[in-house]
Amino acid sequence: MKLDSKIPEGPVADKWTNHKNHMKLVAPNNRPKIDVIVVGTGLAGASAAASLGEMGYNVSAFCFQDSPRRAHSIAAQGGINAAKNYQNDGDSVYRLFYDTIKGGDYRAREANVHRLAEVSGNIIDQCVAQGVPFAREYGGLLDNRSFGGTQVQRTFYAAGQTGQQLLLGAYSALSRQIGLGRVKMYHRHEMLDIVIVDGKARGIIARNLVTGEIERHAAHAVVLASGGYGNVYFLSTNAMGSNVSAAWKVHKRGALFANPCFVQIHPTCIPVHGTNQSKLTLMSESLRNSGRIWVPMKKEDAEAIREGKLKPTQIAEEDRDYFLERRYPAFGNLVPRDVASRAAKERCDAGFGIEANDTNEGVYLDFSSEIKSKGRQAAYAKNEHSPSEERILELGKKWIEEKYGNLFQMYQKITDENPYETPMKIYPAVHYTMGGVWVDYNLQSTIQGCFITGEANFSDHGANRLGASALMQGLADGYFVLPYTLSDYLANEIRTGKISTNSPEFEDAENSVKNTINKFLTNNGTKSVDYFHKRLGLIMWNKVGMGRNQEGLKQAIEEIGVLREEFYKDVFVPGDANEMNPELEKALRVADFIELGQLMAVDALHRNESCGGHFREEFQDAEGETLRDDENFKYVAAWEYKGMDATQSVLHKEELKYEAIKIAARNYK
Amino acid sequence: MASKMINITLKIWRQKNKDAKGQMESYALNNVSTDSSFLEMLDQLNEQLINERKEPVAFDHDCREGICGMCSLYINGRAHGPDTGTTCQLHMRMFNDGDTIYVEPWRSAAFPIVKDLVVDRSAFDRIQQAGGFVSVNTSGRTMDANAIPVPKADADKAFEAAACIGCGACVATCKNGSAMLFVGAKVSQYALLPQGKVEAKDRVLNMVRQMDEEGFGNCTNTGACEVECPKGISIENIARMNREFLKASLTSEK
Repeated sequence: MKLDSKIPEGPVADKWTNHKNHMKLVAPNNRPKIDVIVVGTGLAGASAAASLGEMGYNVSAFCFQDSPRRAHSIAAQGGINAAKNYQNDGDSVYRLFYDTIKGGDYRAREANVHRLAEVSGNIIDQCVAQGVPFAREYGGLLDNRSFGGTQVQRTFYAAGQTGQQLLLGAYSALSRQIGLGRVKMYHRHEMLDIVIVDGKARGIIARNLVTGEIERHAAHAVVLASGGYGNVYFLSTNAMGSNVSAAWKVHKRGALFANPCFVQIHPTCIPVHGTNQSKLTLMSESLRNSGRIWVPMKKEDAEAIREGKLKPTQIAEEDRDYFLERRYPAFGNLVPRDVASRAAKERCDAGFGIEANDTNEGVYLDFSSEIKSKGRQAAYAKNEHSPSEERILELGKKWIEEKYGNLFQMYQKITDENPYETPMKIYPAVHYTMGGVWVDYNLQSTIQGCFITGEANFSDHGANRLGASALMQGLADGYFVLPYTLSDYLANEIRTGKISTNSPEFEDAENSVKNTINKFLTNNGTKSVDYFHKRLGLIMWNKVGMGRNQEGLKQAIEEIGVLREEFYKDVFVPGDANEMNPELEKALRVADFIELGQLMAVDALHRNESCGGHFREEFQDAEGETLRDDENFKYVAAWEYKGMDATQSVLHKEELKYEAIKIAARNYK
Repeated sequence: MASKMINITLKIWRQKNKDAKGQMESYALNNVSTDSSFLEMLDQLNEQLINERKEPVAFDHDCREGICGMCSLYINGRAHGPDTGTTCQLHMRMFNDGDTIYVEPWRSAAFPIVKDLVVDRSAFDRIQQAGGFVSVNTSGRTMDANAIPVPKADADKAFEAAACIGCGACVATCKNGSAMLFVGAKVSQYALLPQGKVEAKDRVLNMVRQMDEEGFGNCTNTGACEVECPKGISIENIARMNREFLKASLTSEK
């Protein structure tokens, strides 16, 4: 198989415009003859389904939740990037393009990232037109803030609920199309296989999660916007239902899976508290605008804190190690996520962690400096020129509450501690997956007619995604890229006619799904699905997590192989096929996670370099920074499925070419 | 702050499917960490049931960080239980050793039970489909996002209304089964923004019509919805919707 990325010719800044000018179109009177399936209703899926419906295609959209409005894009907190340069601080399409390529540690495809930066401004215009209530300044114009890995303020936000507001915007556009009958919505439905006829994606097999019925749905093209695979770690900031299954099914049917080992571990999450914990909670990166990250300078202080003998507020300023400010003065607390996460791990591994859990894994995120400085500013603005210390704190806390109120409240509910009075305790957690189904410039996978958008594809974030860029990519793909590239593909389908679900291909796919379900329900094992998922998660976190090495990865590959066998032999799934059965849903998802987990370890083992979120302990410089190997690994690793055992997967390489940006060592110092 | 272990008794509504007759069942659950969330406690119960080869309790949940609106549950007679947020943000430290906890689904004519604690809230989606949007197609070429300044106070109020997560606690807690807090919030978000004003009349008329067709009750201003709303949506939004509705009813040409 030869990978053709189909990157258009010409200078990077002109590629998308030229490409758009030359793509084929489908005339409005032909669009109603064409059916499109969209799986997933997060930002990438809802925006695509709405836009395609508006254009006149017959769209069927699927989500496993009870409403399309609940997809996990809704949980994104901090913001969305766009190169508007409203703050007059030197931003431009080129800067956003450059920051994203550099942030991704030079492992993303230049042409895709430039296109992303080009359409970023349109996204904000579109969302405002839809009635998305972004934060505004007193003059009535849009407000911005900073995010990691940048030196400009280009992040648009709606308090700590930006994802919610953007998704509700896309959901409202989708709802309009559903109401007009142009999109048929299938909620509480899960895609369990893709159907390929004569080499082209022609439909899906889905399970109705209420009745258990296995349904056939045909279309001229299938779009997957099914999100990332962070839940392979069991504990992550993903929603409980987030899963890889839709993407994995197309991988099993021939689509290549790219860079599976590129996982983003987010630095600011609430630390793990106990063995019954089901998920981890993110504290938005936007907090790093106002919070300073530190651990005690002295080991004995860290110990005393863990033993409960000392409080963080009792540690004097000179005894605190603001390790990000110390190591990366140019970006300080706003270094990219992978850098911040590793620095926290380094301090905790060295014995300076402050959390009293099994691993002492925790550092402080402290708002006291910001409370004082903003309090003083607020007093001044109210013409109080010599405010008391108390008044400063009062006004400062009010400022913090306005910016981050919902996050502070969430923190307090989970930890029972008041972050206005004592620093937050945070630690890195699995958050986002840069890897995903391999797609060409048109977002088409190696299966014809199967397009992948949003987090489910691999293309834009390289080895590390910058904060506030996931929302940007999801909406860019769905609103402004896919409607063009999919039409280019569909232009050849106007004479095809209705796709039948009565073909042997549909029959086979349906039977294979039914067999799998039947096997689980009659397996009669002794252990729950969660038992296996938790074991997989531990292997992944310990050996394919923030720090990886050859020995650990080899062990992980072997241990996951053993786990897979045990899973099929000993899992117990209660209930029936013909009813709502959440345990069956979990079993089907975990089966895919197990296969994916092993492939992630295989990918991490083969990549003998450190880049972005992929940190191989053997490849670091004297200061503990990542050591890339551009000579040997400047490529996308795209894997071909060869059975459950991932060690048999076949590697295909897409060489990355940097024409507009000079490749360099990443430096945030 | 320090976590401890408690033993509890759960009385949970079990119902095989929408047509079956349901009943409360009793379960003893020991060694529940007070640091666990309420849903993690239910996970623990389900693990116990699975190990006893019994059918686990079905309940809706997804993000577990209080934003997706998927979790529900009527706990000890209150929507989302005794704390102020969603059920997923309710922690077991709110309960004591030896407590008996009653767990029921949302109960409202417009939210039929699907199974156990899971209900069908698709009526909310249909209300949204009737008019909860600005009719603007994807183009990215509308006008620059800063072309129309919006007073910060209006933008903030619109945001507060838009913070609704569509969980349905307002309906579940209302003695009339009214959805007016949900609909009022959506109507208000758009009514407060210049982008939403163009279609304001049709929107409120269509959304209210759909709300009535779905079988939700009327509002009698008891204010329970505002008290139980995990996102603190104000009943001012109901008043605004009523004003918008009256205005539209009197002046609409349709």
